[in-house]
Amino acid sequence: MIREIQEPAEKQKIARTILEALPDWFGIEESREGYIKESANLPFFVIGSGPEDLATVKELYERGVKNGVEGLYVVGKEELHRMEAGLSDEFDCALVAPTGALVCPYELTFAAVGNAMDNGVELLLNFAVTSIDDDGSRYTVTAADGRKITASCVVNCAGIYADEVARMAGDDSIKITPRRGEYILLDKAEGNCCSHTIFRTPTKMGKGILISPTVDGTLILGPTSEDIEDKEDKSVTQEGIDRILSQVRPEMPKVNTGSVIRSFTGLRAVGNTGDFIINNPFGRFVNVAAIESPGLSSSPAIGVYVAEMVRKLTGDPARKQSHVRTRRSLHWFRDLSHEEKTKLIASEPAYGHMICRCESVTEGEIIYAITQNPKATDMDGIKRRTRTQMGHCQGGFCGPFITKILADTMGIPFEKVTKHGRESYLNVGKTK
Amino acid sequence: MKKTFTCIICPKGCEIETETGGEAPVITGYSCVRGKRYAEAEVTNPVRTLTTTVRLRSGLMLPVRTAAPVPKSMLFRCMEAVKAIELPEGPVKAGDVVAEDLCGTGVKLVACADGQ
Amino acid sequence: MKSFDPEKNEYCYDAVVVGGGPAGMSAALELYDNGIKDVLIIERDVKLGGILNQCIHPGFGIEMFKEELTGPEFSGRIEAKVREYGIECALRSMVLSVDPDLTVTATSPDRGVYTVRTGAVILAMGCRERPRGALNTPGTRPAGIFTAGAAQRYVNVYGYLPGREVVILGSGDIGLIMARRMTLEGAHVKAVCEIMSYSGGLARNIEQCLNDFNIPLLLSHTVVETHGKDRLTGVTIAEVETVPGKGRVPVKGTEQYIPCDTLLLSVGLIPENELTRKCGIPLSRVTKGPEVDQHRETEVPGIYACGNVLHVHDLADFAAEEARIAGKAAAKRVKELRASGQWPCDSDCAEAEAEDLGNAQGRFTAKLHTDGKVRYVVPQRISAKEDVKVYFRVSDVFNDPTLVVRCPAIEYPDGSGEPLLLFRKRYAKLIPGTMQSVTLTREMLDRVPDSYTIEFGLV
Repeated sequence: MIREIQEPAEKQKIARTILEALPDWFGIEESREGYIKESANLPFFVIGSGPEDLATVKELYERGVKNGVEGLYVVGKEELHRMEAGLSDEFDCALVAPTGALVCPYELTFAAVGNAMDNGVELLLNFAVTSIDDDGSRYTVTAADGRKITASCVVNCAGIYADEVARMAGDDSIKITPRRGEYILLDKAEGNCCSHTIFRTPTKMGKGILISPTVDGTLILGPTSEDIEDKEDKSVTQEGIDRILSQVRPEMPKVNTGSVIRSFTGLRAVGNTGDFIINNPFGRFVNVAAIESPGLSSSPAIGVYVAEMVRKLTGDPARKQSHVRTRRSLHWFRDLSHEEKTKLIASEPAYGHMICRCESVTEGEIIYAITQNPKATDMDGIKRRTRTQMGHCQGGFCGPFITKILADTMGIPFEKVTKHGRESYLNVGKTK
Repeated sequence: MKKTFTCIICPKGCEIETETGGEAPVITGYSCVRGKRYAEAEVTNPVRTLTTTVRLRSGLMLPVRTAAPVPKSMLFRCMEAVKAIELPEGPVKAGDVVAEDLCGTGVKLVACADGQ
Repeated sequence: MKSFDPEKNEYCYDAVVVGGGPAGMSAALELYDNGIKDVLIIERDVKLGGILNQCIHPGFGIEMFKEELTGPEFSGRIEAKVREYGIECALRSMVLSVDPDLTVTATSPDRGVYTVRTGAVILAMGCRERPRGALNTPGTRPAGIFTAGAAQRYVNVYGYLPGREVVILGSGDIGLIMARRMTLEGAHVKAVCEIMSYSGGLARNIEQCLNDFNIPLLLSHTVVETHGKDRLTGVTIAEVETVPGKGRVPVKGTEQYIPCDTLLLSVGLIPENELTRKCGIPLSRVTKGPEVDQHRETEVPGIYACGNVLHVHDLADFAAEEARIAGKAAAKRVKELRASGQWPCDSDCAEAEAEDLGNAQGRFTAKLHTDGKVRYVVPQRISAKEDVKVYFRVSDVFNDPTLVVRCPAIEYPDGSGEPLLLFRKRYAKLIPGTMQSVTLTREMLDRVPDSYTIEFGLV
């Protein structure tokens, strides 16, 4: 998970409200630990070279202290290079934020959605909203394929489409611009090159490209930052790749940028107010829009805040008594001891059958991902839950095996298995 | 007419030259008898071994091959004929004949592996 | 000495072979032929044969059986021998780790997570395909982009066609084979793009897989962008040129859009050495496989490697042949351990025993180097004066080259020095796609002083 370290103070306030501060959501240690995973306390770095950068680093330090960030300190050249030996010699100071941490963005999201589903929330996929009508007491939300649902309250969390969805409800105040962020992922062999998340000192040009280990032991480089028009354009550009590599190479000369296993693009939802847009413009309609960086870190706090808004708007319904508060981590199997695994395999042999050799994922774990809320329904869904196809073979070896498991477990024809839903079929039909 | 091509008989990949038009084709560049024979066929009636699959009753595929090369011009017609093959119940053994006379070529289609 | 301790879920075998493809099976057969019969082959798939199960095309066995077989027939013949000998195979069984003390940990549906203590380990995990990401192609990430091997499995094992309009990037043998295979199954292969100015595939495959079906091979071309949201809708290709300092870069203005729903990647194979790396065995930066001596023994005594896990072979026949070398050496080791009373042993002394043997073999060593024109040699070191067959590949296309094998400089006690020529051989042509071999004889090695370097170069 990637976080940026300097943000307007009001965002910082929400951002710092991390999981532990949310007993309502993450109060149970066992499940919280599951969410945070092995997210070792990896400090965030802001590095700089030259007197100008030193001034910026000091300014960031002071701002951080004012915001109540604990444990911040500034290091000089010698200490910096002791902490991060792979850094280029040109850097001579850094701001260290030891309370910073990494979290797996997929797992956090699956845990939140899955837990909601375990508590009765229904998840409708491929439901592209085309209209929202209010009869004064209930909203009717219609999808492109004609499906309709009614609800007394609507929360708009439509990401880069939040402005369009708000407009359907009659709120024209939001404008979302997609900001392209390209990333490059390096093989696990490079994961050891760097042990902290490293930011350059910010300049007028932006916050720059960061270098970060991931919770899975790979190394991620990026993002670029470019405002674009097309909300569907998740293409990677040669310019973006070049920009990332041309910045990282001089910073971390020892990183083998030839060991790229994937490059990809995400679109951040940038709003027109310079801040998160969380409001209730009218009726029982709530906007949760423009949640740009640090959106993921802020999301638990936003969730609590918005739940409270909805509660008031819907006449303070009674609290659910039989709330499911715990959840097995997606990594529960790999964390078992050999003896525990053997015992489980005796009753469920699929857990002994290894499918993904790069990331050591068994057939049992893949079936678990297909049957556990939120259920994986396609190859990318399996990938983000289990890490299959994320290793150095990128699915070249395990892809066909997983296709078969998906088809068999879901009870669908082999050729109906998709990469990411809609029309993204992997095969066009039987050969004979 | 002069023609140059790569011999496909073994991984060595000799460059073979043929000249036709005279009484018998003139062939050079080969380095074994099988290569010479291949080149002769190539200018008169080129042939290829066809390998493909037949669907087993289990749903998986059984690899099959022609027992001898078939005319190159017949490859696609043979593929169509293979599609129509239905295997009998019971296990198949490597070497079993799957079709006696594939597409009128007089060549057998045989299983390359065991299957169910 | 086979045994099983149910308490610890631990087995004991004289030798363990990791991987049941042609190399792994051949290594096990050689162990057996040399008197080591308690061998366990650990194979992750439901059957033996490895990747050959999906290589249904002919072209195998010419060296080994003197006839042309398909992949399944070739592996079937080796497997029949494994069955005949009664060599034990753990199927659907995946090795999780190999430790330097020769303990192998694996998992399978019927054994759970189990360990095997052994006198010798032979690594034969094969190789994997380079994924697209390594190329960093700009564009979208739709469905329809596969490695050639994944497409091969979809078509040949499951019987499904991954697409109808196909472009292939890379002219490696699997890409060429799949061009023909997809065409025969009704797909339209529009082009094969190769970034280099020559193909790395076998000449016969270009002839019978591309030329037979009029599929264009575009040399010095690459895919510069992929298009499509859900399923691939097309690729942009361009010519490439070599720019000093930047490598091969696309030439502006030569871009060409090809509509297609499938892009197959055949951009190289990489030995699969995760287990090797985790075990702490040094890997060659060039072959991406472990560095070995002439017996295919790695830097960790008792652990051997053969087949494509060591270096990518062009023919399965050669992988199987190499496995025989490793099998023979591993058998000798186990017999020596037995004779000296060190095997079977309790777990504590495994390491000490391994070292002893290593030292016993260390009387003569020579390191094998290359000049860059020769890209790599296997083995990388020689540990005894005996006939040694050395495999090599070149880094480019060379016409009329001469291979020169020599010690760059032999120093004499009086301070003078001179290069020592061991061997010269002239070739009509050498290409990167074809593996070559030469034998360094015992007589040649007799002239090499201990601890010297032998260099393979082209002039």
